[in-house]
Amino acid sequence: MPQDTPRPADGTGLADRLPAFLFPRLSGAALAGLLIAIFLLGFLIFPVLQVVYVAFIDPRSGGLTLQNFADFFATSLFRESFVNSFYVSAMSVVVATIIALPLAYITTRFNFGGSALIQSLGFIPLIMPPFVGAVAMSLIFGRNGTVNLMLREHLGFTIPFMEGLNGVILVQSIHYFPFILINLSASLRNIDRSMEEAAQNLGSSGLRLFRKIVFPLAMPGYIAGAVLVFIKVFDDLGTPLLLNVNNMLAPQAYLRITSVGISDPMGYVISVILVAFSILSLWASFLVMRGKDYATVQKGGGGLAKRDLSGREKVIAYGAVLFILALVLSPHLGLLLLSFSTIWSFAPLPDGYTWANYIRMWEGSQDYILNTLLYAGIAALGDVILGTAIAYIVMRTGIVGRKCLDYMATAALAVPGVVLGIGYLRSFQGIEVPFLDKPLAQWWVIIAIALMIRRLPYALRACMAALQQVSVALEEAAESLGATKSRTIRRVVVPLMTGGILAGFVTSFATAAVELSATIMLVSSEADSPLAYGIYLFMQTPSGRGAGAALGIVAVIIVGLGTFLAQIIIERDKKLKTSGTEH
Amino acid sequence: MKTEMLGIEIENLHLAFGPTRVLTGVNLSIKPGEFFAFLGPSGSGKSTLLRSIAGFGPRPSGAIRIGGRDVLDLPPWKRNVGMVFQSYALWPHLSVQENVAFGLRERKLPGAEITRRVEEALDLVGLSHLAARMPNQLSGGQQQRIALARTVVIEPQVLLLDEPLSNLDASLRVQMRRELLALQRKLGLTTIFVTHDQEEANSTSDRMAVLDKGVIQQIGRPQELYDHPANLFVARFLGTANVLEGRVEKRGEALRFVTGSGDALPLPMAAKAGPSSIVLRPQNITISPLCGPDTIIGQVLHSEFLGSQIRYIVQAAGSDLVIDKSHHMSEPTLPTGAEVALQVNMDSAVLLNA
Repeated sequence: MPQDTPRPADGTGLADRLPAFLFPRLSGAALAGLLIAIFLLGFLIFPVLQVVYVAFIDPRSGGLTLQNFADFFATSLFRESFVNSFYVSAMSVVVATIIALPLAYITTRFNFGGSALIQSLGFIPLIMPPFVGAVAMSLIFGRNGTVNLMLREHLGFTIPFMEGLNGVILVQSIHYFPFILINLSASLRNIDRSMEEAAQNLGSSGLRLFRKIVFPLAMPGYIAGAVLVFIKVFDDLGTPLLLNVNNMLAPQAYLRITSVGISDPMGYVISVILVAFSILSLWASFLVMRGKDYATVQKGGGGLAKRDLSGREKVIAYGAVLFILALVLSPHLGLLLLSFSTIWSFAPLPDGYTWANYIRMWEGSQDYILNTLLYAGIAALGDVILGTAIAYIVMRTGIVGRKCLDYMATAALAVPGVVLGIGYLRSFQGIEVPFLDKPLAQWWVIIAIALMIRRLPYALRACMAALQQVSVALEEAAESLGATKSRTIRRVVVPLMTGGILAGFVTSFATAAVELSATIMLVSSEADSPLAYGIYLFMQTPSGRGAGAALGIVAVIIVGLGTFLAQIIIERDKKLKTSGTEH
Repeated sequence: MKTEMLGIEIENLHLAFGPTRVLTGVNLSIKPGEFFAFLGPSGSGKSTLLRSIAGFGPRPSGAIRIGGRDVLDLPPWKRNVGMVFQSYALWPHLSVQENVAFGLRERKLPGAEITRRVEEALDLVGLSHLAARMPNQLSGGQQQRIALARTVVIEPQVLLLDEPLSNLDASLRVQMRRELLALQRKLGLTTIFVTHDQEEANSTSDRMAVLDKGVIQQIGRPQELYDHPANLFVARFLGTANVLEGRVEKRGEALRFVTGSGDALPLPMAAKAGPSSIVLRPQNITISPLCGPDTIIGQVLHSEFLGSQIRYIVQAAGSDLVIDKSHHMSEPTLPTGAEVALQVNMDSAVLLNA
């Protein structure tokens, strides 16, 4: 947080007696900005550039080369992985769209009792780390899972939901479709009613009207959601790893670094491709959507006209919604069953139920849970401190280069966890931690820092939104009454931002607690492992699945509680602010 | 462009949103080719009535017949009623050309005919050179014309305009309403125009209906409504009105109106004795510093210089009267507090039975 040191009286401070060029006078905010910039350069920009640099270096001669990329594309496994990653991401977008589109359409377009249910249950997938659900999904949709066992018995055929890449697509689209649902619903709600009425007036109706007018107008929201899904799936390591699908890019990068070694250039080449694709898809979506800000709500007409469903339509709508919700909740249900099961294999349901898994999990995972609380706590605290400081510097000061802080922090969005992990391993392996006699890359603190960097863009947005609601006039009022800059920030600005900051903290904490991609690269000993890695270890053996699922339930509860808490804080804050303006 | 002129009959139309009655017993007959205005304050139900004709909103009870056919049970897309929205509602993802062509495409017309008719419609509003533009590249007035072109190109049975001028700035509004009227005359389209601006309604419409609280207060030509308001609401909504409360008394053959304060005014028109009120327009009261016969004495409370005239607020006959006097350089403004004599032109007064 930027703070002025108390100003010494009459220029008697050390800085005043030294020549100005030796000790440039920096304001508190500028000093804070400088420190943040150094931190971001050290723990985000430098490691990533290091990864990019190594990808272009000949490992033998040390000269610049494109040979590594040529080698990459000459290897059939890598070519296959590249195509698979692309295919899985694209198909996940398609399947997520098929799930999200009807939900968004039905809830925004009709007076439908299930709307509230969808709007709340639709977010439930996000509170479960996708790799946690992956195992449960195999038990329900796998070759010998509940659904296929029943299909085989009653209908004589099975559907390969979870075979190879299909499994990744199914798990990812069920997990990430809320991104499309949220964005698409928001833009559907933002369409002015008269846009639709004008089309009806000119003779258009039904699906044709939706295809030609409504959906194109909601396109910006849809594209925003779809791009997020694409990037998240393209970069994800945990889900393919847990489903044992290794012929994709992120798992290949992980496997090369962990099995071949830190000097193997292929891991770096894959990292560069992952980052390039993230940036490329963001840029492509930006190009597609340029000049298409269709927020059309004007005075008078708020959102599409909702109409009542006829009896037959109601049956279809409820049918579709219940089917989708069952699908969406299946990983949670599967995980819950698995966590209480004695044995669940080749059977539609577990053979028996027991508490034993929870006892075993508790005995074996206390370290995991404590580590998680520690790492996620540090990460979230760091995020809101950095986020508040950056938000203030960017939005309320005129410091040169302040925008760069925002850009740097936001750039973390385009850096997959695997890439950050590889970058840390490469950059910090040679740096010894004083008094500990081990490299920085293997110290547990580095995991917390990685989580902090990974969640920073989200925390920063939350802090910026919070600061936006604190009017500059409130600040000026405090200053005109004699408060110094630093006192104003401490006494007025930060207290007013508390709700937003707190919500940012809780969200960062909850999501950092279950992050696997970066963690899995950086965990150097089991004693340092967080919960996500613990689940991964448990799930490696069939006998550990029950306890792994129990630990997964703990993860779901942490994220669920966090999300719920954040929501409550935001709501309360909103109420406080609006009641304040009424008086 | 050819159009068949059709009349609109509205019979005993009722509509309620839950417990709130929005339209009550609306009966209306609009002649083929007429330019008709719905005038009323916000919340009077005028827009709801227009939207009912287009088929939007909940279904009212009663009947709406266009050219003799009841349309109440037709969905909006089967009514062939053209509506221009207050916000224009041009689709931002479609070009001007595509916007105008939309209705024709929905009617599955051959491509060549669509191109020809879109060109005609754009020519009609004088914007054929903007066909390739996107709506957000147009000015407010241009968007208004495109919205109009998009509606008339489908050759609707009737044209509905929902406060079409309210999003334009004042100078453009006057020009656009003339253009609108010229276009309507050229196409001969039966047109309904919704507005809360009496000047707009007066200057364009053949006839108009004044609405308040979901009830039609009066229907007629603009001048008729101004000169002979049927009730106090119409009198007050159309222009400024001084209303004097009192009673009609008979003295032998002569009728006179006696105000609550006891001032008596001779009545030139036939009237029944009893409690009544009288409506006087500001220009129908003459103000002078001198006393004369049949005058009422008052006191100037306030004066406003409006350019061509001076508006006085004068306390007289038990109320505050608004009086307009044309301004001449030679006549000084009467000072506040001055005693004045008022002469009322009773031939222009309107007597309303209480």
